Amino acid sequence: MSLDGWIHRKSKAAGKAARKHLDALPDGLWTKCPKCGEILFSKELEKNLMVCNKCSYHFKLASPQRLEVTVDDGSFVEMDAGLSTVNTLEFPQYDAKIQKLTAASGLNDGMVTGTATIGGYPVVIGVADFRFLAGSMGSVYGEKVTRLFEKGLAEKLPVLIVNCSGGARMQEGLLSLMQMAKTSAAAGKFGEAGLMYIALFTDPTMAGVHASFAMLADVIIAEPGALIGLAGQRVAAQAQVMKEPPGYRLSEWQQDHGMVDMVLPRREIKDTLVKLLAAGSHGGSHGA
Amino acid sequence: MALSVLDFEKPIAELDANIAELKRISEEEGIDRSADIEELERHRDDLIAQIFANLTPWDKTLLARHPNRPYSLDYIRTIFDDFVELHGDRLFADDNAIVGGWAFLDGNPVMVIGNQKGRDLKERQFRNFGSSKPEGYRKALRLMHMAEKFGRPIITLVDTPAADCSFGAEERGISEAIARNMMEMSLLKVPVIVAVLGEGGSGGALAIAVGDRILMQENAVYSVIPPEGCAAILSEFQRDPARAPDAAAALKITAEHALEHKLIDEIIPEPVGGAHRNYEGAAKFVKEAISRHLAELEKVSTKKLVEHRYNKFRQMGVYAETQCENG
Repeated sequence: MSLDGWIHRKSKAAGKAARKHLDALPDGLWTKCPKCGEILFSKELEKNLMVCNKCSYHFKLASPQRLEVTVDDGSFVEMDAGLSTVNTLEFPQYDAKIQKLTAASGLNDGMVTGTATIGGYPVVIGVADFRFLAGSMGSVYGEKVTRLFEKGLAEKLPVLIVNCSGGARMQEGLLSLMQMAKTSAAAGKFGEAGLMYIALFTDPTMAGVHASFAMLADVIIAEPGALIGLAGQRVAAQAQVMKEPPGYRLSEWQQDHGMVDMVLPRREIKDTLVKLLAAGSHGGSHGA
Repeated sequence: MALSVLDFEKPIAELDANIAELKRISEEEGIDRSADIEELERHRDDLIAQIFANLTPWDKTLLARHPNRPYSLDYIRTIFDDFVELHGDRLFADDNAIVGGWAFLDGNPVMVIGNQKGRDLKERQFRNFGSSKPEGYRKALRLMHMAEKFGRPIITLVDTPAADCSFGAEERGISEAIARNMMEMSLLKVPVIVAVLGEGGSGGALAIAVGDRILMQENAVYSVIPPEGCAAILSEFQRDPARAPDAAAALKITAEHALEHKLIDEIIPEPVGGAHRNYEGAAKFVKEAISRHLAELEKVSTKKLVEHRYNKFRQMGVYAETQCENG
């Protein structure tokens, strides 16, 4: 008996009562797909890189999981982990939020950076973690992304950034907004040196992150069905006169509109990264 | 043009009306009431000074959006000579929410680019309420590269609620346009002076606001999100847009705060009672600041200019740092 078949029968037999029970226990033995409602055997789901085997929904990955599926085993060395948030604006409840998130995730910020190898190619890599205030970009995030580009520039290494962010972080006001300019300038300086910058857009890649360093990559890969755009869902709805077409601003729509290079299922991303790194890791014999 | 009056301006408007009435009577009846008029005017000016010394961030938001506030074209007409407006991004369309072209500042050619809002309903629609689509930012970038080609400085005037994020704007890559502008502006080999004159609305403003000097008018605001939007999203404000005044205070969107956090270089004063009460006076202050900074930048070498601009944005942000094992 195949495991798939067993899961299928088991999930059907589980019935409504079980589904209700499973909703309350998302981290248990079983995981419910938020898109198609299929009840998935958690271990099998993990083996499938957290992609639903029924509808191909790509679950969000926390930064450690993302690194695991992206870089060579044991190759990641974190940098700038000691950067942490200062509530400069004395924004209400911000300190408490950060403390709670740090305690829960073990992270200081929603951007984790470091060096690693992918298929043997050394890279400087940044991975966004949505658990930390929706992967929003504040001063720490902007500084880490900037240092990432500067590290790549200093060591002549390609840069890979995996995005998963709601946008700029409101709690740091104008300081957050300026991270857009700061990181874009860093990407510009990095690009001038003839080094490759690859971006992976996962669900969601939005607003202040999308409209800054993210869109400046040489090559953009998107995971299927990721929401990608400038305005959040609510603002976008207000801006529309007509009803939004199906699939509006999802990865496939963005590819149709020429805004991403390719949409790849999670399992195929690493192989493609290796090919891209092979093309871009060493300077060509022509040009500047 | 009818003068719109904000709530906190009402006592001033009442005195203005009294003064006008007194002037009318003294003219019609041929009686000299100049002493009374002067007395009232003094009283009004004291009142303005008093009210404007205690503006909240939300009051400033309303002033920055004041329907009578001078817009970019008002400043361009007053500050520069012989403005030659240029149109279109050469890719898709012309965007009327951004204006730009060659102009002369005290006889010297410059490229001036600004967000443009409309005054009446028809004009507001024509200008898309000052919200640019990708073609607007791409036009701005085309003009900036033209200025660079001819070695002329660039002056940008910022006054937009936000970038346009409608279907068409997303379809044509509004995020790409904003991102590209910021990156390209950081690399420009000519001086860039940015003046935030009204609303500095998030990425839509920043897309023309990466420069060597960032100046900001006294009653302008510059924010990562409109206070209404912030209040509607965060539970700190009960997700209630009516809490916008509290969000405005929390977001620290005024020129004083921007200066305190080293995000702008200088606050440009406005005439007593705000720019909308005196266009000429407001433009004079803006012109003085732009000219002074431009004179300074003209002395800097191209290499240093680009390096300083990078470092200027590089140091923006506040964080703590402890050394980690791997850090």
